[in-house]
Amino acid sequence: MAIAQATIDSVGEATDKYKYGFVTEIEMDRAPRGLTEETVRFISAKKEEPEWLLEWRLKAFRHWLTMKEPTWARVGYPPIDYQDSYYYSAPKSDADRPKSLDEVDPKLLETYEKLGISLKEQEVLAGVRNVAIDAVFDSVSVATTFKDRLEKDGVIFCSISEAVKKHPELVKKYIGSVVPYSDNFFATLNSAVFTDGSFCYIPKGVRCPMELSTYFRINASETGQFERTLIIADEGSYVSYLEGCTAPQRDENQLHAAVVELVALDDAEIKYSTVQNWYPGDENGVGGIYNFVTKRGVCEKRAKISWTQVETGSAITWKYPSCILKGDDSVGEFFSIAITNNRQQADTGTKMLHIGKNTRSRIIAKGISAGKSQSTYRGQVRINAMAEGARNYTQCDSLLIGDKCGAHTVPYIESKNRSARVEHEATTSKISDDQLFYCLQRGIPQEDALTLIVNGFCREVLQELPMEFAVEAQKLVGISLEGSVG
Amino acid sequence: MSILSIKNLHAEVDGKEILKGIDLEIGAGEIHAIMGPNGSGKSTLSYTLAGREGYTVTKGEVVYQGKNLLEMLPEERAQAGVFLAFQYPVEIPGVPTVTFLKQAMNSVRKARGEKQLDAFEFKKLMDARLKELNIVNDMVRRALNTGFSGGEKKRMEVLQMALLEPTLAILDETDSGLDIDALKTVADGVNALRAADRSMLVITHYQRLLDYIVPDHVHVLFEGRIVRSGDKSLALELEEKGYTDITGAAA
Ligand SMILES: Nc1ncnc2c1ncn2[C@@H]1O[C@H](COP(=O)(O)OP(=O)(O)O)[C@@H](O)[C@H]1O
Ligand SMILES: [Mg+2]
Repeated sequence: MAIAQATIDSVGEATDKYKYGFVTEIEMDRAPRGLTEETVRFISAKKEEPEWLLEWRLKAFRHWLTMKEPTWARVGYPPIDYQDSYYYSAPKSDADRPKSLDEVDPKLLETYEKLGISLKEQEVLAGVRNVAIDAVFDSVSVATTFKDRLEKDGVIFCSISEAVKKHPELVKKYIGSVVPYSDNFFATLNSAVFTDGSFCYIPKGVRCPMELSTYFRINASETGQFERTLIIADEGSYVSYLEGCTAPQRDENQLHAAVVELVALDDAEIKYSTVQNWYPGDENGVGGIYNFVTKRGVCEKRAKISWTQVETGSAITWKYPSCILKGDDSVGEFFSIAITNNRQQADTGTKMLHIGKNTRSRIIAKGISAGKSQSTYRGQVRINAMAEGARNYTQCDSLLIGDKCGAHTVPYIESKNRSARVEHEATTSKISDDQLFYCLQRGIPQEDALTLIVNGFCREVLQELPMEFAVEAQKLVGISLEGSVG
Repeated sequence: MSILSIKNLHAEVDGKEILKGIDLEIGAGEIHAIMGPNGSGKSTLSYTLAGREGYTVTKGEVVYQGKNLLEMLPEERAQAGVFLAFQYPVEIPGVPTVTFLKQAMNSVRKARGEKQLDAFEFKKLMDARLKELNIVNDMVRRALNTGFSGGEKKRMEVLQMALLEPTLAILDETDSGLDIDALKTVADGVNALRAADRSMLVITHYQRLLDYIVPDHVHVLFEGRIVRSGDKSLALELEEKGYTDITGAAA
C-alpha cells in the first residue's frame, strides 16, 4: 500500500516554510559584476593581500579558464553564466571592522538571533558551552568570539584573511597543499576568488579546549560565496570543528563553491561536523543554492580525520569530503545524512585513499529522499599497492518517502593490495506504513511520526555530532521533511 | 453508559468487503471478547476502529463517547482514548523506546490540553509503571521493539496502554505466540488496568486467554459478521465444540 498522500503533501510543503529565508538589509560594498583578472585583483587588493597570494590566485584563475565544468555527477541544472554574478561583497562597515561584539552592526546580530545562534548568547554561556564562533556573513568574517581564551593555549582561530596577515608562513605553507589550485573546476574557481573563511591552527600536543564553529550565510543577491577553510592540527593535537550554513530565500540560484583543507599531522585528530541548510529552492525547483564544495583532509602517521555531515539544504549538493590516509595507521571516517525534498538534487559521498600501511576507513551514509528529489551516494575507496593491511567498511542506507523520488548508490572500489579488506553494504527501503500507523495509533501526529522515524534511521550518524549540534540537526530533519513552521 | 456503539459496519480492504455488517455495543468498564477463526476479520475490525488508511468504511456508523469515530483522524482517535495493542507490534530501529513513549505521552497530553511532561517527570511515571508490570529498565533503553522477543513486544504494548490510560483498549491477539508464563504476565498487566472507566475489546483466537482476562460478553466473528453473542460460557462452548460447529450452526 502506498504511503498516505497527506504525508507526501506535507513533505512537499517544506520549502514554503523555509525557516531561514529572511534578508538582512545592510549596505554592501561589491566588486563589479563578472569575472576577469581584474576581479581577482580587486578582491586581493580589497583584502590587502601579499604579492604571493595574488600570484597564486591569478595562476588559479588562468588555469580555470582552461577547465570545463564537470558533468559526471547525477545532477542537472541550466548552464551557469559565471560572468553574470558578483564575486565580492562585504558589509559596508568593512573599513572600521568591529573589534568586539558591541561594535557589530545590531542588524547582523539580529540576523544571528533569527538563526538561533546569537553570538551574545554564546558569550554569556561561555562557561557552559565552550564554542568559539567565526561568522562569515557573505564574504568577510564578522566576529570571532573567545579569541583570548584560545590564545592562551596557542590555538589560532580567525578568518583566513586575518591569518594571511598575521600568520603568513602557515598559510603559505599549507594553502593548496591538500586541495591544489588546479584540483577541479570549482576548487580552482574558489582559489581564484575566495573571499573569506576560517583558519585554525592547533599547536603540538594541544587539545583544543572548546568546539570551534563557523556560521556561513549568503546574504547579498546575485553573489557567489567562496569561502576557504584551512585547519592544521599539529602533532598530537585534537580539535572538533563545527560548520553551519544558511541562506535567505531568493528566486535566483546562487553559487557556493567552498574549499576546506584539513591537515592532521602525526597523531593528531580532527573532527569536522557540518550542518548544511542553504536555501533549497521552492517546490518547483525555483531558486536555491548550488553547493559545489571540495573538502579534503590529509592524515599523517596515526592521525585521524572524521567528517560528519547533515545535508538538508541547497538546490544541488555536489560534495565529497575525503581523506588521504597517507601516514601508516591513520584513520578516516565519513558519517553522512543527506535529505532531499521537492526538486532538490544531491550527489554526495566520500573518497578514502589508503596510502599508508594499516590504514582504516569507515563510511556510514544515510540518504533520505522525498518529493521529486534525487539523491546519489557516490563513494570511492582506493587502496594503493603499498597500503598493506588496509581496511574499509562502507554502509549506505537509503530511505524513500513517496514514489516520485530516487535514491542511487555508486560505489567505486579499487584495491591494489591483496592484504586489504573492503566491505560494502547497501540497503534501500521505503518508509513503512506500518511504522507510521503505529505512531499515529499512539497519538503522535503524522509529521512528528515521520521525523521520529527518520531520526531513528539516521541515529548512527546523529550520534557522531557534538551534543548541541545533534539537537539542532534532529530539529532540522523535522523541518526539512515536514514544513512545520519553526 | 455506552462507550462504543457500532451499527451495521461494513468495511473493505483493496476493494474487497471484509466486514459485512457488524453490530456491537460496549458499555463503560465492560470487557468484550471477540473470538473467531483466522481470516474472519478480527484484525480488520481493530484497524477499522483505529482508522488505519486503506480500511474503508462503506456503510454503517461507529459512535465513540457520543462522537462520530469515523470522522476522526487515527491520531485523534488515539488522543481521545482509543488504544490498539497490535497483533504484530512494529520495530522502529534507531528510536529509543523511552523517546517514543515520551513523545506518545506528550502528544496525547498536548491534544488534551494537559501540561507536557519533562524528561524527569516522564521517567518517574514510567519507572512506576515498569515496576507494576515487572518490566526491566533495560527494555526501554533499546530501540522500540527492535530485536524484542514476542513476549517482550506484547509486554511493551501493555506498558504503553498503562501509560496512555485509554478509555477503550482493543487488544488484538495479545496472547498469540506467548508461552503460558508470558501469557500470565501479560494478562496480569491487563487485569491491573481494568477500571470502571475503561472498556476493553479483547480479540483472541483461543479461549485460553479468557481464563485469565475474564470477559463480560463474548462474540463470535465469522466471515465479517458476528454470528453469536453470549457470556463467558460461550467461550468454553467454543473450545469444546470448535469453530466449525458454531459457525456452521449459524450459517
Ligand atoms: N491488506 C489486505 N489486502 C487484502 N486482503 C486483506 C488484507 N488484510 C486482510 N485481508 C483479508 O481480510 C480477511 C480478514 O483478515 P484479518 O482481519 O486479518 O483476519 P483475522 O485477524 O481474523 O485473522 C482475510 O481474508 C484476509 O486475507
Ligand atoms: Mg488478526
